[in-house]
Amino acid sequence: MSIAIDREKCIGCGKCRDVCPGTLIKIDAVKKAYIKYPKDCWGCTSCVKECPVYAIRFYLGADMGGLGSRLHIEKADGLLHWIIEKPDGNVSEIVTNPKESNKY
Amino acid sequence: MKTEKITTDILIIGGGTAGCYAALTASERSDAKILICEKAHIKRSGCLAAGVNALNAYITEGRTPQDYVDYAKKDADGIVRDDLLYTMSERLNSVTARLEELGLVILKDENGKYVARGNRNLKINGENIKPLLAGAVEALPNVTVLNRVNIIDFSVSDNKIHGAFGIGIENDTFYVIEAKAVIIATGGAAGLYKPNNPGFSRHKMWYPPFNTGAGYAMGIRHGAEMTTFEMRFIALRCKDTIAPTGTLAQGAGAKQINSLGEVYETKYGLTTSERVYGTVNENLEGRGPCYLRTEGISAGQEESLFKAYLNMAPSQTLKWCESGAPSKYNVEIEGTEPYIVGGHTASGYWVDTHRATTIRGLFAAGDVAGGCPQKYVTGALAEGEIAAESAAEYIAGTIGEPIDDGEITAHIAEIERFTAKDSSDFTTEQLEEAMQTVMDSYAGGIKTNYRFNEKQLTIADMKIKQLLELSENLHAEDFQELMYIYELRERLAVCRSVIAHLKARRETRWHSFAENLDYPEKDNEGWRKYVNSRMENGEIKIILRELTEEGQRLYEHSN
Repeated sequence: MSIAIDREKCIGCGKCRDVCPGTLIKIDAVKKAYIKYPKDCWGCTSCVKECPVYAIRFYLGADMGGLGSRLHIEKADGLLHWIIEKPDGNVSEIVTNPKESNKY
Repeated sequence: MKTEKITTDILIIGGGTAGCYAALTASERSDAKILICEKAHIKRSGCLAAGVNALNAYITEGRTPQDYVDYAKKDADGIVRDDLLYTMSERLNSVTARLEELGLVILKDENGKYVARGNRNLKINGENIKPLLAGAVEALPNVTVLNRVNIIDFSVSDNKIHGAFGIGIENDTFYVIEAKAVIIATGGAAGLYKPNNPGFSRHKMWYPPFNTGAGYAMGIRHGAEMTTFEMRFIALRCKDTIAPTGTLAQGAGAKQINSLGEVYETKYGLTTSERVYGTVNENLEGRGPCYLRTEGISAGQEESLFKAYLNMAPSQTLKWCESGAPSKYNVEIEGTEPYIVGGHTASGYWVDTHRATTIRGLFAAGDVAGGCPQKYVTGALAEGEIAAESAAEYIAGTIGEPIDDGEITAHIAEIERFTAKDSSDFTTEQLEEAMQTVMDSYAGGIKTNYRFNEKQLTIADMKIKQLLELSENLHAEDFQELMYIYELRERLAVCRSVIAHLKARRETRWHSFAENLDYPEKDNEGWRKYVNSRMENGEIKIILRELTEEGQRLYEHSN
């Protein structure tokens, strides 16, 4: 269970670091975010939701059956777009509306 | 290291669900200066970081607060406090209304009424519940929030609290905080036992891995009375992701089945502990693995499940997307490692009806407070409200006293001892793993199917004490590592109490939660009692107390 931060995309704004409930994300000397303690990630995806340039991907560790898919969240028109990229290049998207309640 | 001294009226330790609501209440009901110290950032800290999919504690139409008390009491087989459950239950609906005012989306029917899920639950979109609470707190003029400040100890003398000591994880600062009253809202304790996924995904547990039992440990150290630590909480969860199962069971109506396809839940009973025990037993008798039966659900149901899980446990939706959807494959379930969490079971501070602990000026709310299980989110809010009202009343008649210089010097010396060394043979991580192995093997972890006997508990106690001694010599490179040392020591202190409580209750009242193989039967004559404890001269003294009367509405501390 952890996240991967794309150094190329990262703009060093620090929003992911600010919100992490485990204080696990740091900003390095060249103003890029990195996860200092990858094994200590809870998987809450708070950082993924904060990133303004969608540089953070969330994945499941192999020890919990992860198969290499990566999840990130884009915000548009007040909706959350949960985008899942599979290792074979297949991309799927689930849209949730924060103003709509869950049905279950 | 810098030292900073702060004086406030009410200090709230922990800005999670209960802590945030306590701040809202205290701000509205008093002119007090309020300070929240939060080890992370209140926007996404505590149990609700990823969100929550339902409000599990609500008095639905046609039901009464007493119905909720009866339900929680039955689930805990009697070992609850009627007064605490009732005073919580009567506030569940008003705090829900307040959440809605703050912006929480709750499902309503065409007449504008909430749609209930079963008898006690409401359906919501709780993905943003914590940012909503945090936003409301940050807007209050008389509340200050110190994020990334981890409280490491209380200041207590003559059984009265004067404030607390903390460390700024990112600014190398030692904080001395003087306060007239303190509300402890640090949550429960995860990470005591070896988790389901002990390797790379060791923190993929259900309860927040950052809830390390700090509040319990600080109270234990200063002689606060604690209750029912033997009633551990073991959650039945989706395998691997350790995601909640209530949405599948109550929302989609999925039954627990074994590998033969038989519904087994009715065989063992439907209380929380019986559902875990049944699953353990089906596996032991060769009928595992166990599942929640979802095969054949409709495309619409599946889509709703995907969304519901994204709003609280996104790893489960990701798992379904990459490993197979629930309409095609049943969802495998397993028990988690045991947690100590007063919002689900009854472990925590022994409090009076006003949520005052046995230390004067210290109030407790949420998962850290005992005697009142099945709180969930709304119950934690209700307790935050009660604790804040009590604290506001208390400070009106209290003069703040300064913290003694000697105490400050002693804490600085302790920090310097951990940070001054160049290195140590053992690391905090090693000792944490050792602790989890000990608890797993000898105090009823996953390895032993949650079962234990007295001999094993004696070994566990000896080994935990050894680890506590070893932890004295740990080395911290920076203040984050220093926090990890304190967290380890908190967990070890909680482990000692858990072991003492498990040993004290000589019966098996709750399968799996406290399954003592030396006393495998329930003993109503001997053990319809609270098992409480208090640290005296470094030893844990067990105190047995009689249950509150049926329908009792008020409990006051007497001795």
